[in-house]
Amino acid sequence: MKELLAILEQQPFFEDFDPMHLRLLAACAAKLSYPADTRLMRDHEPTETFWLIREGQVALESPLREGCVTFQTLGPGDILGWSWLLPPYRASYDARALTELHTLRFDAGVLREHMEADPAFGYMLMKHFSALIVQRLQAARLQALDIYSHGGPGHGT
Amino acid sequence: MAPETLQPRTDSALPEQAMAPQPWRIRSVRPDVASNEVFSWTLYPEPGVEPGPLPTPGQFNMLYLFGVGEVPISVSAITADGGIVHTTRAVGSVTRTMQDLGPGAVVGLRGPFGTAWPVEQARGRDLVLVAGGIGLAPLRPVIHAALERRADFGRVVVCYGARAPGDMIFRDELDAWAARGDFDLRVTVDRATAAWRGDVGVVTQLIDRGGFDRRNTVAMVCGPEVMMRFAAASLERRGLKPEDIYVSMERNMRCAVGFCGHCQIGSQFVCRDGPVFPYPVMEPAFRIREL
Ligand SMILES: Cc1cc2nc3c(=O)[nH]c(=O)nc-3n(C[C@H](O)[C@H](O)[C@H](O)COP(=O)(O)OP(=O)(O)OC[C@H]3O[C@@H](n4cnc5c(N)ncnc54)[C@H](O)[C@@H]3O)c2cc1C
Ligand code: FES
Repeated sequence: MKELLAILEQQPFFEDFDPMHLRLLAACAAKLSYPADTRLMRDHEPTETFWLIREGQVALESPLREGCVTFQTLGPGDILGWSWLLPPYRASYDARALTELHTLRFDAGVLREHMEADPAFGYMLMKHFSALIVQRLQAARLQALDIYSHGGPGHGT
Repeated sequence: MAPETLQPRTDSALPEQAMAPQPWRIRSVRPDVASNEVFSWTLYPEPGVEPGPLPTPGQFNMLYLFGVGEVPISVSAITADGGIVHTTRAVGSVTRTMQDLGPGAVVGLRGPFGTAWPVEQARGRDLVLVAGGIGLAPLRPVIHAALERRADFGRVVVCYGARAPGDMIFRDELDAWAARGDFDLRVTVDRATAAWRGDVGVVTQLIDRGGFDRRNTVAMVCGPEVMMRFAAASLERRGLKPEDIYVSMERNMRCAVGFCGHCQIGSQFVCRDGPVFPYPVMEPAFRIREL
């Protein structure tokens, strides 16, 4: 528990959580490693988990009929998974380890119960995950704009 | 509040004959992507030409193709013997004609013009460089300076975003930088190929990974405006003060010396007051559409 707490304290994502809430988070976390190519999430399947990536790289993929397209990769310090937060609690993409992966894995089902019981804690988590979702949404929008293509938007000239 | 390096040039500081292009010869041409859409020229002054002061990182020259037109292009490197390297992406009438020129051709050159990246101000601090697409070219001299004087800086983080792996420029140098232990190079592409093993996603996500001291970092950002806006927002989110963030702007230019007003953004002339600006000076412009 002490070790998990120390890891959480160093993560920018959790930096303004108060110590009591960090202890709650640590109580729901476990250090877990995965070999390369492990599929951590599958599009449309129920998720009750999220991960903090400590080492390694994960591909977020959209399954298509012809295979999978990687639309984003995550690395150290990134949070993987937010579908546990909103009904129907189903993943909206595949997540696959590209390298060996060292993570903190959170039991989100239990966390949700804590969030209901302690609205201040619930608000903190909601606030951080909303910011994360907005960030990913903006990133997706920027990617869709194809800004580096010739004649793409945003060139000053 | 404007640092010394960012003072607008006064007329007396302009090189002589600022309006008269001098002949410079292309000694070598190097394609920077397989399609040759991006290429680098190394230029040397013709005999009898008195070259202006050596450009500082961030400055640009006006390159004149006789009978075709003139374009502003940033300095992307300076060779040990005083050659100037310009890296250009062929997008329109002048730059496409440039694409066809080979070693030995002579072009007109005026400059150097404009403000520089605040490299001296970054001494003793962490340095974060964020480049998108061809925006890596104007930042390359800063990388060269930081690597030459590595001990002068704290952590050096370079975040580079390209459209696809085949659009990444300076591939050999990127590999060499990645191999260094004292330099944190992060590369991402918007669209991956099956063979690509690196990161996928927009360049701002590389900033979000941190790894620099938010209280003691200078950030320099160069790329399409929309990317610079998002990058500045990410840097601010990570705790950087807006005045520690610098951006490089592009506008069509004519005189390049602050006379014609062609390059104006609000009260600023990009050719004279920029192209490198402290972010707070340009932030209002980023919010105005069609400026
Ligand atoms: C200070 C400064 C530094 C610059 N440094 C560099 C540099 O190092 N390397 C470099 O390649 N370019 C650089 N540019 C941009 C370069 O000057 C323009 O690409 C060039 O002037 C285009 O001229 P053209 O006659 O080839 O194209 P034009 O015929 O003027 O334009 C043709 C088409 O291309 C579009 N276009 C013009 N510029 C761009 C652009 N940058 N990106 C995408 N589409 C564009 C126009 O909207 C138009 O539709 C810089 C600009 C400034 C102001
Ligand atoms: S190009 Fe003439 S004022 Fe800037």
